[in-house]
Amino acid sequence: MCDLSTDGARHHPPTSLSCPAVSRCPQCRSFDRHPLGTDALGRDSLARLLYGTRISLLLAPAAALLSTLIAALLGSAAGFLGGRFERIVLAVTDLSLALPWLFLLLTVRAMLPLDVSPMVSVIIAFLMMGLLGWQASVRVICAAARGVRDSDFLLLARSSGCKPARLLLYHVAPNLRSLFYAQFWISIPLFILTEANLSILGLGVMEPMASWGNLLRGFEDFSALGANPWRLVPLVLLVIVVMCFQLVLPSQEVTQ
Amino acid sequence: MSKDQKATNMLHSALRRLLFLLCLAIGGAFVSATLVRFAPGYGVQERELDPRWSAQSIEALRQKQMLHEGLALYYLHYLSALAHGDLGESDSFKRPVRELLRQRLPVTGNSVVRGLGIAWLGAALLASLGLASRGWLYEASSTAFSSLLLSLPSAVVAMLAVQLRAPVFFAIGVVVFPRLHRYVRSLLVRSYDQPHVLAARARGLASGAIFFRHVLPISAPPLLALLGVSFTIAFGAAIPIEALCDSPGLGQLAWQAALSRDLPLIVNVTFIVSLVMFAANSLADLAGRAFSGSTP
Repeated sequence: MCDLSTDGARHHPPTSLSCPAVSRCPQCRSFDRHPLGTDALGRDSLARLLYGTRISLLLAPAAALLSTLIAALLGSAAGFLGGRFERIVLAVTDLSLALPWLFLLLTVRAMLPLDVSPMVSVIIAFLMMGLLGWQASVRVICAAARGVRDSDFLLLARSSGCKPARLLLYHVAPNLRSLFYAQFWISIPLFILTEANLSILGLGVMEPMASWGNLLRGFEDFSALGANPWRLVPLVLLVIVVMCFQLVLPSQEVTQ
Repeated sequence: MSKDQKATNMLHSALRRLLFLLCLAIGGAFVSATLVRFAPGYGVQERELDPRWSAQSIEALRQKQMLHEGLALYYLHYLSALAHGDLGESDSFKRPVRELLRQRLPVTGNSVVRGLGIAWLGAALLASLGLASRGWLYEASSTAFSSLLLSLPSAVVAMLAVQLRAPVFFAIGVVVFPRLHRYVRSLLVRSYDQPHVLAARARGLASGAIFFRHVLPISAPPLLALLGVSFTIAFGAAIPIEALCDSPGLGQLAWQAALSRDLPLIVNVTFIVSLVMFAANSLADLAGRAFSGSTP
């Protein structure tokens, strides 16, 4: 909750420099003032961590929501309609699944301008993941929709004169709701990790905006880790969150 | 189903895959050509900004680059060049893309194959040990270990590899291993819990005989499919690992192309990688089908 409100960091905005000579200034190096220390530019690390956590934990689910919506739309329509449309959707999905995802992301990112404002870079990074990360979910949703296609309640609805769009929206989709939720939760850790990879490579969230991936760039200088072990905190936080998803999700998948 | 029917089905499946690969190559070439043609700054060269060049010289330069040709002619030229193996020239490296690919592909291929070897060996070993012990402590610790590795971004694994002076293929292996371990473990557990395997164990068959005669025939097709998928995962992991470990492979090339917005290069690299990946996945899938068809 602290991360989401970032109240704890309001006295130290994540982009403001605390002191020009931060490495020598005893006041700036004190624990009370900067509990996790400052980075090389004198920015408060705790404030950056809180802001970065907010970005990663709000936008990864947003990207997951977008990709799940696309997958739900395509997968349920393909499974419900069947025939040529299903074959085309599944062929495109197979093709996308065969392609390493990072290559695709890099290609799309290369088409967009790199000298954008930090806020735009955040939107681009997560929008790109949301728009390109639906493939794995489509297969699962399509298979489930195919199972629902010949059920009795759909036959009854069809005989009552329901149009395909209405059937899809009011009869097929509600029956697949639990699957949509599962796919949404599965996508979140994937997007958190992808954002981290892209940002470390300089193609995700741009400085001075903070995100977990961005903060992990400080991890490159291992020699500084002994003196500043707080630099490990973003990594520890990321691993804990993603691990929680990894450990909790299998039990959810089983219940589906 | 008779042997002849099985062989015919296999042949149909292989032909269908081959046709799809051909369509993918043509469709991919069109997409690549479109992306390159409509990219901002297409055909604009630094030489055109040089005030020493006259208008006639710039016009001659543009004629040479065929910027005035129609779209249909452009596609025709692009496809005919592609058919001759000409993938264009990289904007940032100022070298033919084909030459760059020829240099970089073996480096990545080598790292990926060796990394996959490590990952498969580790996954199979850990899963087999889990099956042999079947203790909760071992299960919990191996699950926690693979979850921990699964939670690390590939780029962080690459940084650790740089620090520990570990080779690139080892880092790729570390990234791929947890994804394989989970699947291999659950597949083996499911196979060993089959009634006919339980019956064989009850009859006192040797563990080797049980594995080769009863477990492997069930597990091989999905494992072969997983082999194809693991190639895709390994190639994806190669980007951050090669970029951060400074290994001159395809991953590093793609990263450099993305950073310098070198569209002809990144688009063609992605196109070639997707063709290779699709071919690998198709081969793995066909091998799985052939294996399941050959077993009674």
